[in-house]
Amino acid sequence: MSRIRRVIPGVDPKLLIKDATKLLPDPTRRLFLRGGASLGALAFLTGCDIIDGPAAEQALMKISYFNDRAQAWLFNPNRLAPTYPESAITRPFPFNAYYPLDEAPEVDGENYELEVGGLVENKKSWTLKELYALPEETQITRHICVEGWSAIGKWSGTRLSEFLRRVGADLTAKYVWFRCAEGYHTSIDMPTALHPQTQMTFKFDGEILPTKYGFPMKVRIPTKLGFKNPKHVMEMAVINNWNPGYWEEKGYNWFSGS
Amino acid sequence: MTAEATQINSAAETAARASGTVHPGWLRITHWINAVALFMMVGSGWEIYNASPLFSFNFPKSITLGEWLAGALLWHFAAMWLFVVNGLVYVTFGILTGRFRRKLLPIRPGEVIADARAALRGRLSHDDLSVYNAVQKLLYLGVLLAGVVVVLSGLAMWKPVQLQELTALFGGYDTARYVHFVAMAVIVGFLVIHVVMAFVVPKSLRAMIIGR
Repeated sequence: MSRIRRVIPGVDPKLLIKDATKLLPDPTRRLFLRGGASLGALAFLTGCDIIDGPAAEQALMKISYFNDRAQAWLFNPNRLAPTYPESAITRPFPFNAYYPLDEAPEVDGENYELEVGGLVENKKSWTLKELYALPEETQITRHICVEGWSAIGKWSGTRLSEFLRRVGADLTAKYVWFRCAEGYHTSIDMPTALHPQTQMTFKFDGEILPTKYGFPMKVRIPTKLGFKNPKHVMEMAVINNWNPGYWEEKGYNWFSGS
Repeated sequence: MTAEATQINSAAETAARASGTVHPGWLRITHWINAVALFMMVGSGWEIYNASPLFSFNFPKSITLGEWLAGALLWHFAAMWLFVVNGLVYVTFGILTGRFRRKLLPIRPGEVIADARAALRGRLSHDDLSVYNAVQKLLYLGVLLAGVVVVLSGLAMWKPVQLQELTALFGGYDTARYVHFVAMAVIVGFLVIHVVMAFVVPKSLRAMIIGR
């Protein structure tokens, strides 16, 4: 854990390669809640053993779904995330994933095609050349990790809302789902997908996205926590059936709005 | 305070004393709900802290709640409803019944110093549980304030976009994390003294359970 502790931005580049798998629970355990010594105390206080086991997990997940709705209600589609000057950019910007940097997926840009599916009129795939020709915007915003640390970065690309309109997406659908090169997947609510700062990102800090930041395409969502910002995106689909995502299935809150 | 209000308050106090009640029912219920909520908030908060520590230490896993980050976050964002709703009920009753004003105010610095000295020499009396000494007043009011700060700084971290003015008030997202930590530390520090005192003066624990 000692390596993880110092990923607070701008400290030591060596420490930026972070192995988030260390934060995962013991893989032999399916439950993410298990009683430790401290938990006995609450069981004692409440007089019942609610603290571990599937019942507690189910109850907590129900509240997490309630929190999804609470956050959707709190989400203002016109509220912009604060933006910062160039001087505020965190350098070097931390690399963060559930795999080490040398295992980050290498996507071949020449043969890359973004697949577009689900409730859209035009399901044609998009080459990088076509994607780069889309109107470009730049944002300097704060990336906030579910772990608590944050870092400010500069991302350029095209508005996801613009792209969704171009492909004739059903904007009344509920979700947009993303699949990434290494198998990661996540999904977001349509109001967030249409937020003006939700961006299909092709550049970081003015340069073509390097592998560590998600080449060839990342989806930057400054109104959501970092893990809701997928990297190495290979496919997106507009859907109505809920398909939460990689981390969400492990217990992270789905909406995870900022 | 108007003369009329003083009269009503002292009437309420007299009635409470006559029946021997030190703590009314609403206070005892919210107190114990708060104890459970705090246990869950602090235990899970420590596990969340461990994912990206602010200082060069971690909380031992044996005293945290949630097993790992996702579990701890589920606990934290579930228990927050209990903590906040219960806290609002407590504060509303505390203000409307005049109890806060009666029991916690005024706090005079001279009395605090005198009572603190007496307490450290073991000479501070707890014979009348319905009257708080100046040190108690200060601690109870202080922990109430820390509770308000812990909730507001928590909101500032939870919603730094939607509630960005609040986040800015705390000096930004990263500073809000430190404020949240310090407020937690104040509450836990209070809890240590509070629990020790409850065992030093056992009848105060009884009063918080059965009312007198």
